Amino acid sequence: MTPTTAVDARGLVKSFGEFRAVDGIDLEVRQGEIFGVLGPNGAGKTTMLRMLATLLPIDEGRASLFGVDVAREPHRIRQLLGVTGQYASVDEDLTATENLWLFGRLQGLRSADARSTAKRLLVQFGLEEAAEKPIAQFSGGMRRRLDLAASLITRPPLIFLDEPTTGLDPRTRGQMWDTIRGLVADGCTVLLTTQYLDEADQLADRVSVIDRGRKVAEGTPDELKSSVGNSTLQLQLGDGADHDLARLVVRRVVGGEPVLTPESGRMNVPLDAADVAGDALIALREAGIPVTSVSVSKPTLDEVFLAITGHDAGRPEQPDDVVDDQALLEVA
Amino acid sequence: MSTITFDPSLPTGAASPPLVDPAAAVARARPRISVAETVGQTLSMAWRALKKMRRNPEQFFDVTLQPLLFTAMFAYVFGGAISGNVKSYLPLMIPGIVAQTVLTTCMSTGVQLREDMEKGVFDRFKALPIARVAPLAGPMVADLVRYLIAASLTFVMGMIIGYRPGGGVFGVLAAIVLAVFTGWAIAWIFTWIGTIARSAKSVQGFSMMILFPLTFLSNAFVPVRTLPGPLATFVNINPVSHLVSATRDLANHGAITGQVGVTLLAGLVVIAIFAPLSVRSYKRHL
Repeated sequence: MTPTTAVDARGLVKSFGEFRAVDGIDLEVRQGEIFGVLGPNGAGKTTMLRMLATLLPIDEGRASLFGVDVAREPHRIRQLLGVTGQYASVDEDLTATENLWLFGRLQGLRSADARSTAKRLLVQFGLEEAAEKPIAQFSGGMRRRLDLAASLITRPPLIFLDEPTTGLDPRTRGQMWDTIRGLVADGCTVLLTTQYLDEADQLADRVSVIDRGRKVAEGTPDELKSSVGNSTLQLQLGDGADHDLARLVVRRVVGGEPVLTPESGRMNVPLDAADVAGDALIALREAGIPVTSVSVSKPTLDEVFLAITGHDAGRPEQPDDVVDDQALLEVA
Repeated sequence: MSTITFDPSLPTGAASPPLVDPAAAVARARPRISVAETVGQTLSMAWRALKKMRRNPEQFFDVTLQPLLFTAMFAYVFGGAISGNVKSYLPLMIPGIVAQTVLTTCMSTGVQLREDMEKGVFDRFKALPIARVAPLAGPMVADLVRYLIAASLTFVMGMIIGYRPGGGVFGVLAAIVLAVFTGWAIAWIFTWIGTIARSAKSVQGFSMMILFPLTFLSNAFVPVRTLPGPLATFVNINPVSHLVSATRDLANHGAITGQVGVTLLAGLVVIAIFAPLSVRSYKRHL
């Protein structure tokens, strides 16, 4: 661990009974970066974050934040960390000002300082007009903003954001992204989890892909995306098409490796540029392979997943062979 | 909400310049919480609980209606049968009602804590560098107000229907203080139940099962000499009986007797056992 490491975790494990929610994850987050943890629901992202935030005991492995051991010095860790969870953790019965004042007081600010900090944060997060309103009247985006504001009262050097934009509309989402970039500009380090590849792409300097409690890939968003191309050609091959031949033909034209999805006859082809799709289609027609539908899209998390893990992001708990068996049964 | 504007171009450090310095933050981070900090955090949590009480006045129904209703009801229903007439039953009964209402109030401490713990804000309390006991003890400090209301109203209602406490002002005030303290101490049992139960409903059910036998199998409403042997033995060791006897000694005679000492001691023992248990099980809830 170097002095510029904000998060250093080795072999983290968390089991719930037989189920290993986090199954030996290493994580290294450098100071001043936005680090994204990407994965589908149930991959273990939140569990990992909660372990690092002293909210869950670490079963195996060790972790330190800025060189402070998480398991041995939880109280110091809590002073270095601002945590914003998936669900707004503010008090519904208090106003926005009262919430921030309370959290300030709890962390040792004098009453007047707590009040001025609350005011400053409410202005900064565009909530000053709602300052005296009960939280029950807040929209989802306002709650998230207040929640994030509450994490910043003592200016902690490290911020954990658990799916900060899940459920937000596109405009509010963009505002949240700007806010997160602002935190880093101030000198904070941000560790965030997300289900969206584009969010990781927009924000994160580096990304870890987590699946079934394990890290399956790590790198910059560009490196990650290059594994699936800049866009994806999705083909539905017609009845009687020779899948192996189709794969060969497409590979020769586009260069990348096509991925056959579990549903038979569907093929995802990573493309460096969208216009290569035309060449692939022409080549397929010349080879006499029928194609029933075609679409070209930006790579989604699903495709990154498929490319990296070979199974669908939507059903992380179901092994592929089970899916195939079920499909066979349905056909029979 | 369209009137609310949001200016993302505003750098987050604009209002106050110092940028975030990780090394300084690490150096500043203290390994332990001091007693003074714990007390301050508990009081902040009590402030929160009081705010919530003021915004949900229906929370005061039990501590206002129950003393008024139960005092009148028990006096007129049992008075003639047990003591010959209402007036002579009051010195026996009023301290019993005081103990009963304070204990019932304790129960809602556990139920409300359980409800509170399911809310998102408790996630933040756990992540903050604060004493683990503060989110539990804070609401309990605020609940002192409720015990005070319950105990005082019972005495007031008693006096309205003819109770004349022989202990005078001092005796009654001392009785109220003792009842409030005992209530607070016993509330730790229900706080513990609140931290181990699965839902607020189960806290309620479980608490009722403890409370009813404890209050009715005591000397709160009937003289012990009228009870059969084994029951009398239980009644005599029941801590509620000691609270009732101590309250009677104080309110009716202005006397600080051994019962007062036993009650105080029992309260302290309950706190010593159940406060650490509660904190431990609250931590495990993480």
